[in-house]
Amino acid sequence: MEPIRSIESRTVVVPFTNIDTDQIIPARFLTTTTKEGLGKYAFADWRYDASGAPKADFVLNTPEAQRCSILVAGRNFGCGSSREHAPWALLDYGFRAVISTEIADIFRTNSLKNGLVPVVIDEDTHRWLMENPGAQVRIDLETTTLHLPTGAAVRFPMEAFARYCLMNGVDELGFLLQHSEAIDRYEQAHQA
Amino acid sequence: MSSKTLFEKVWEQHEVVPETADTPAVLYIDLHLVHEVTSPQAFSLLRSRGLKVRRPDRTLATMDHSTPTDPDEVFGRIPIKVESAARQVKELEKNCREFGVTLLGLDSDKRGIVHVIGPELGATQPGKTIVCGDSHTATHGAFGALAFGIGTTEVGHVLATQCLLQRRPRTFAINVHGRLQGGVTAKDLILAIIGKIGVGGGTGHVIEYRGPAIEALSMEERMTVCNMSIEAGARAGMIAPDETTYRYLEGRPYAPKGEDWDRALERWRALRSDPGAKFDREVDIDASSVEPMITYGTNPGMVIPIHGVVPDANGDPVHAKALSYMGLNGGERLEGKPINVVFIGSCTNARLSDLEMAARILKGRKVARGVRMLVVPGSQQVKREAEARGLAQIFIDAGAEWRESGCSMCIGMNGDIVAKGEYAVSTSNRNFEGRQGAGARTLLASPATAAAAAVTGKITDPRELLTA
Repeated sequence: MEPIRSIESRTVVVPFTNIDTDQIIPARFLTTTTKEGLGKYAFADWRYDASGAPKADFVLNTPEAQRCSILVAGRNFGCGSSREHAPWALLDYGFRAVISTEIADIFRTNSLKNGLVPVVIDEDTHRWLMENPGAQVRIDLETTTLHLPTGAAVRFPMEAFARYCLMNGVDELGFLLQHSEAIDRYEQAHQA
Repeated sequence: MSSKTLFEKVWEQHEVVPETADTPAVLYIDLHLVHEVTSPQAFSLLRSRGLKVRRPDRTLATMDHSTPTDPDEVFGRIPIKVESAARQVKELEKNCREFGVTLLGLDSDKRGIVHVIGPELGATQPGKTIVCGDSHTATHGAFGALAFGIGTTEVGHVLATQCLLQRRPRTFAINVHGRLQGGVTAKDLILAIIGKIGVGGGTGHVIEYRGPAIEALSMEERMTVCNMSIEAGARAGMIAPDETTYRYLEGRPYAPKGEDWDRALERWRALRSDPGAKFDREVDIDASSVEPMITYGTNPGMVIPIHGVVPDANGDPVHAKALSYMGLNGGERLEGKPINVVFIGSCTNARLSDLEMAARILKGRKVARGVRMLVVPGSQQVKREAEARGLAQIFIDAGAEWRESGCSMCIGMNGDIVAKGEYAVSTSNRNFEGRQGAGARTLLASPATAAAAAVTGKITDPRELLTA
């Protein structure tokens, strides 16, 4: 994973609450054996009509959106299935961060594992973002702050370790493997 | 000595390295369940790093999500129709061979939906940490295990190290008083709970279901409840083990035997929340007032009692979008609405007792004209038992399709799908847009409610057919 310090982009707003991972990437695309190439299928059932043609009025099909790397969505984003294909699809589309008032647990963990930054902010900031699609914002991981074009600087929560991994491109598997001896000891102690 | 919750006891027993302010805990995983859809990239990760599976003896694989349920496809008489499913099946076979993981594949009489076979084989046990690349792993919490879903990258972590990096979640007690009334099932109870706390109500928490109504449930009913914990956003759902649990487990293939069994019982009996243990959140539910439930919208929290009225959108555009997708109007009653498909299956409700409940209603009756009914047993073992007890014959005589086991129409990856615009009453766990097929309109319900709808061709209170 590449180290990430900050992300700056205009926002794309998908204004629905409880967007589940079946919407982010429908099950028929889960038959891939790699992580690549899912971007064109992100939100497939909202983006394309029955014949497979892109719906011109869906925000992700506009040329402006395709240049953006920050997605703003309603609360409880990423709920439902644990499919990691959801952050893979969003990353392949071009997103590098998701902003909401609530992000579902498994989706959040999966996102962090792939360098898609989950940003949770308060209702008022969220309302402003939802009402101002296309705003130029900056996410600063060093200070865990979201900078709005109004001049507002909004802090967002992120556990120290998650932030460290994102900023340093840390491979968590490598981190876990370093604990091999502790794992050996645990297994011996528990006759595991 | 401090009072601890069941969750805290299990968590603390599995800390290889405890959590600090700067680092998550390293948590040991006792049992890793694997299936064909979320594992290919994980095995590829190990291969690319030259790593082995650390504990193949703690890893068990099966095929369920994209596998066919048509016997001709399953037993190789014709090729698997969904080409990408065929590829994933081959990939898992290859990976398990290469890495030495036990695979209960298409030719195994022990295979089935991963969350059905774990308990069935006695691999799921109290106090264990259990993970799988599937969110309904929460099911195993019914045994007092700490069981949760993980993504493919984490599947790779567990394969390589038998551990996960985890931050400790918060705890949420759901106290269920009273008792479920006749014709009201565990499925109705969990739907009512999700309706009450919402699809984000459990986010960041592990739920413990407690109280007399929970203690009265059988193991299969407890699995139904815990299974849908994820639909409330919870990390996991747990029920403390008791005599019901031990009776279920005794003698199963992977359960401890002899002296090991006696020692296990002693350990398991300590696995309950201490009196006075504090939870971060608590909610009370009265089971006696729960009715048969049915969803009307596009998430499991959009649910009403069977005699209820679809709520108005009241200016909420998301609610309005859901009603439009479902072809429903605020103020409408669901009861009496014609439906097209009935699906009895999934890790929520495809165990023997679920099939028995459906058979009680279908016995001597026919599936209504114009309705397609699919009954997919949760495992090959459930299938055999259902056939031995004459349940399968009841379904076949009624005009339903009786299939081989698998996830099937719950997720629609194997060709078993609901067509656009069709209403499907389904015993599965998700009614998201397009879940069972593009444009499919899913109504989640219990096996009793689903069977009743199959007979009348309309949404029906199952209690009417249970007393008749």
